[in-house]
Amino acid sequence: MENNLVEQDMSIYLAIVLAPLMGAIIAGVFGRYISRTMAHQVTIVGVAISAALSLLVFKHFALEDMTTINETIYTWMVSDGLHLEVGFLIDKLTAMMMVVVTFVSLMVHIYTIGYMHDDSGYKRFFSYISLFTFSMLMLIMANNFVQLFFGWEAVGLVSYLLIGFWYTRETAIYANLKAFIVNRVGDFGFILGIALVAMTFNSLDYQDVFAASTLHTESTIALFPGTHWSTITVICLLLFIGAMAKSAQAPLHVWLPDSMEGPTPISALIHAATMVTAGIFMVARMSPLFELSPVALNFILLIGAVTAFFMGLLGIVQNDIKRVIAYSTLSQLGYMTVALGASAYAASIFHLMTHAFFKALLFLAAGSVIIAMHHEQDIRKMGGIRHYMPITWITFLLGTLALIGTPGFAGFFSKDSIIMAVHASQLPGANIAYLAILLGVFITAFYSFRLYFLVFHGQPRMDHHTKADLHETPKVVTVPLILLAIPSVLIGALFVADMVFGDFFGAAIMVLPEHDVLATLAKDYHGIIAMVLHSFKSLPFWLMLAGIMSAWYLYMVNPSLPEKLSQRLLIIHKVLLNKYYFDDINSTVFAGGARQLGTFLSRFGDTQVIDGWFVNGSAKLVAWFSSIIRHIQSGYLYHYAFAMMLGLATLLVLLLTTVISH
Amino acid sequence: MSVTPDLLPATAEIFVLIMTCIILVVDTFTPEKYRASSYILTQGTLLGALLITIGLYTEQSIVTFHNTFILDPLASMLKGIIYIVVFAVLIYSKHFLQQHKMFKGEYFVLMLASVLGMMVMVSAYSFVTLYLGLELLSLSLYAMIAMQDQAKSAPEAAMKYFVLGAMASGLLLYGMSMIYGATGTLHLAEIQTNILDKFETHSLLLSFGLVFIIVAVAFKLGAVPFHMWVPDVYHGAPTAVTIFIGSAPKIAAFAMLFRLLVDGLESLHTSWQDILIILAILSMAVGNIIAIAQTNIKRMLAYSTVAHVGFILLGILSVSQSGYSASMFYTITYTIMAVGGFGMVLLLSHKGFDAERISDFKGLSTRAPWFAVMMMIFMFSMAGVPPFLGFWAKLLVLKAVVVEADMVWLAAIAVFFSIIGIFYYLRIIKFMFFDKAEDSEHLTITQGMAVTMSINGVVVLLLGLYPGILLTYCVQAITHVIQ
Repeated sequence: MENNLVEQDMSIYLAIVLAPLMGAIIAGVFGRYISRTMAHQVTIVGVAISAALSLLVFKHFALEDMTTINETIYTWMVSDGLHLEVGFLIDKLTAMMMVVVTFVSLMVHIYTIGYMHDDSGYKRFFSYISLFTFSMLMLIMANNFVQLFFGWEAVGLVSYLLIGFWYTRETAIYANLKAFIVNRVGDFGFILGIALVAMTFNSLDYQDVFAASTLHTESTIALFPGTHWSTITVICLLLFIGAMAKSAQAPLHVWLPDSMEGPTPISALIHAATMVTAGIFMVARMSPLFELSPVALNFILLIGAVTAFFMGLLGIVQNDIKRVIAYSTLSQLGYMTVALGASAYAASIFHLMTHAFFKALLFLAAGSVIIAMHHEQDIRKMGGIRHYMPITWITFLLGTLALIGTPGFAGFFSKDSIIMAVHASQLPGANIAYLAILLGVFITAFYSFRLYFLVFHGQPRMDHHTKADLHETPKVVTVPLILLAIPSVLIGALFVADMVFGDFFGAAIMVLPEHDVLATLAKDYHGIIAMVLHSFKSLPFWLMLAGIMSAWYLYMVNPSLPEKLSQRLLIIHKVLLNKYYFDDINSTVFAGGARQLGTFLSRFGDTQVIDGWFVNGSAKLVAWFSSIIRHIQSGYLYHYAFAMMLGLATLLVLLLTTVISH
Repeated sequence: MSVTPDLLPATAEIFVLIMTCIILVVDTFTPEKYRASSYILTQGTLLGALLITIGLYTEQSIVTFHNTFILDPLASMLKGIIYIVVFAVLIYSKHFLQQHKMFKGEYFVLMLASVLGMMVMVSAYSFVTLYLGLELLSLSLYAMIAMQDQAKSAPEAAMKYFVLGAMASGLLLYGMSMIYGATGTLHLAEIQTNILDKFETHSLLLSFGLVFIIVAVAFKLGAVPFHMWVPDVYHGAPTAVTIFIGSAPKIAAFAMLFRLLVDGLESLHTSWQDILIILAILSMAVGNIIAIAQTNIKRMLAYSTVAHVGFILLGILSVSQSGYSASMFYTITYTIMAVGGFGMVLLLSHKGFDAERISDFKGLSTRAPWFAVMMMIFMFSMAGVPPFLGFWAKLLVLKAVVVEADMVWLAAIAVFFSIIGIFYYLRIIKFMFFDKAEDSEHLTITQGMAVTMSINGVVVLLLGLYPGILLTYCVQAITHVIQ
């Protein structure tokens, strides 16, 4: 009975999507009429319903092997055979994402009660995060490109609104504008990709497109006259450009570190756990397309490797607690992207899931520290906090251990799978990518423990006043931390066998046999314990240990050394501090160039040609003409009478000539 | 044929005539302080005439007075509009009349006489009745313009109008006599039936007659190059008279145009179509371009009228049922908008100050926001901005020109000049909403004026949203006449 409900009745899926939307509308539109408590109750209930139903759906998929649901529930319009619809495609991939999104969202909702307690935009905040949950669910549950794009844009919008949540801050406005503009670049590619899909397949429905994808492997498109590009490759690259902006892959990553201007719960929910993984999810969802284009896969592999390695390096020199985690997020997104490139979609999605939990945990724990520190975010002014905030300390440590891939923790299983998968990949760029992500392990461990030691160990460096007031945060903050710590530790071990090496995703993810690196790895997989034991003999483990030890030595044993090192390696340090000058290049070359072009077009094109010649010119011409012929109206009666007679005579002549000529 | 004609179809005319005489007598014996009684009686007459006209409404054409008078849906509808428009005009001008010592019985009597003239024109079914109505209207108007004795401009305007009008009347009579000479009849229906046969033998005579008649009609409408009286008269006449001249007589002029060219001389359309094309293009061009250079709102609206006349001619010259009804629709909607526009000029005027300059509209949005919005509606509508009423009027006319007459180039010219015309309408809106007021005097707006103005604005807005209501009636009226 219950099974039938989940399988056949679409209303359960509608409820999952609409419950957060209702919450958002009540808290947002009618916020004026309800109390603060009411606002968070209403939104939390909405998301809780969504989370519970998602778990139910996931249970049916994971345990009872339910068949895929693909149903259209509303046709918006049909234009020239192209259906624009709202519909749901629910399979194991979707079900897993739904659980991750709603669960993290629920934790963040609860956490927000504590974090935003004194903020005047309390109700607005709850409305936004519920709206985000709705948008994200629309994105992942879509069964067609239009709805995907709707969700894609909607999460982008909410992200924009939330980065600039404290809209009186100059930096927040700058950051949200930056996020908006960079995402425009990506969306431009994304919508071109969707347009090309519509053009090639004459459908925007996933199933239609995937079914027809193999028919188009040979077709080409001439982007420039005389060139021949594989249509599928062009589609994949365009779609991936969208993913690059959304999932912050180099060089479109620049907005993510700045997005930390938003409130911390947002950093956890949107800019770590869910929205930024939309690009990863999208590529996995489109695997039947991406599999057909080795060029695109190789491109994805390299972009991911570059992001994973270089963004991790930046984490080392940051001093803002949230920015260190933000760069860590960039680096981890790079890992996921690398896995996509290596056709290890399952490993990528698995890492997405584990990362969602431990990164949300890290952000929320960092937020907890920030609350206790009275919104001080500089780690140089922290230290020794473990004595004052034991729950935050322990959960943060668990999150860090998961992040660096300590054997047995969630991150270990996902990250090791990725590293092994890339090692096994046959793509031309796989060797470089393998090297990059291997070194990435050392870097991750190093910056993570640098952060951990500086915040929780050593001598307290905060001012006296803050120190006296330092205490553990309230339950609404710590309970979500604990609830997130559990999956951060356990979820890897629970699901690795099924998701990575088993056939959990089934038909949801399509991998060509020649690309199937995970299948190769699965042959060597002999259970969790064997995997953990094996890791002690492998390179990543020792690199990780080296990272921890370096951090310990540099920041605990010999704290004066980092300063000396940065003096010695001045150039490298400077490049890192300036984030490889991406921001400068963007603002001078692209923004500056665009402004110069705009100024030129405005001066010449708009002011001179359009305004000067066409608009004002024609107006002046008419005005001049008008001032001339108004003098015909002389005011003299005999002039008027003469004009009438003249008119009469002219008309007579005209008519008579035609009459006579007949 | 009985000797006594059937008087029933002309009940409204007879009623207005009797009431005019009564008011003349009553006013003579009413002391100055009860002068408002004449005003109320006049308004009552208009309402009574409206009721009679509605009561007499019939789907058929009833001809009486020896085939010289017709009552058909077209006549009934146009008469009804005339009453309503004049009713509104009187409310708008009441305050002005009182302040300019024109609030006298003569004024109301003259006004009713001109209304009677218009009614006769609208119902005319022969050259004689048409001419009779025209003269009754014109003579009353000359006197009304000259009534204000202090201002120098009013007698000048009256004089110009009179001389030129007399010329036009002469031309009309001349043209009619030539048509009569060729066809041997003055009845429009008979002319219609036998004019084609006569054209073989009398083509020259008929052509001369046609041109003379068109010139006279063009003068009445104010089409270029017979428009020159329009700005001077509109400008020189007291504003209360200007609003009258600028509104209801346009409907009568349309009726005259329609009865003569379509009811009587449609068979000659190949000849008059070309003439009307020239007049229409010239009117739209001259009207719109010269309006830009005006600083006086009355002159500006005068030129705007000239431009709108061009559009009215466009509908007629498309020689089709839909063109005629579009033209009728245009005339009616223009009249409603013009009453509102001139009404705003009256509304802004106060003692010793006639708000005649366009710049007097500056900052109206802060002085009287509601009326600024009303004026904005009128201006947008006249400019032809969707979804206001004027847009539909222009659209229907243009559609007729393109679809029925197949003259895309002509429609393009019309659109081109309309775009130029948008400028001076939008300028008023800009003055009202974006400029600082020069005149800080408190506006005295009577309640009747405020209510009428609001209704006027709302009507323009609502008819713009539901143009079908009015259009259906126009199409019905025209269809009936054509069949």
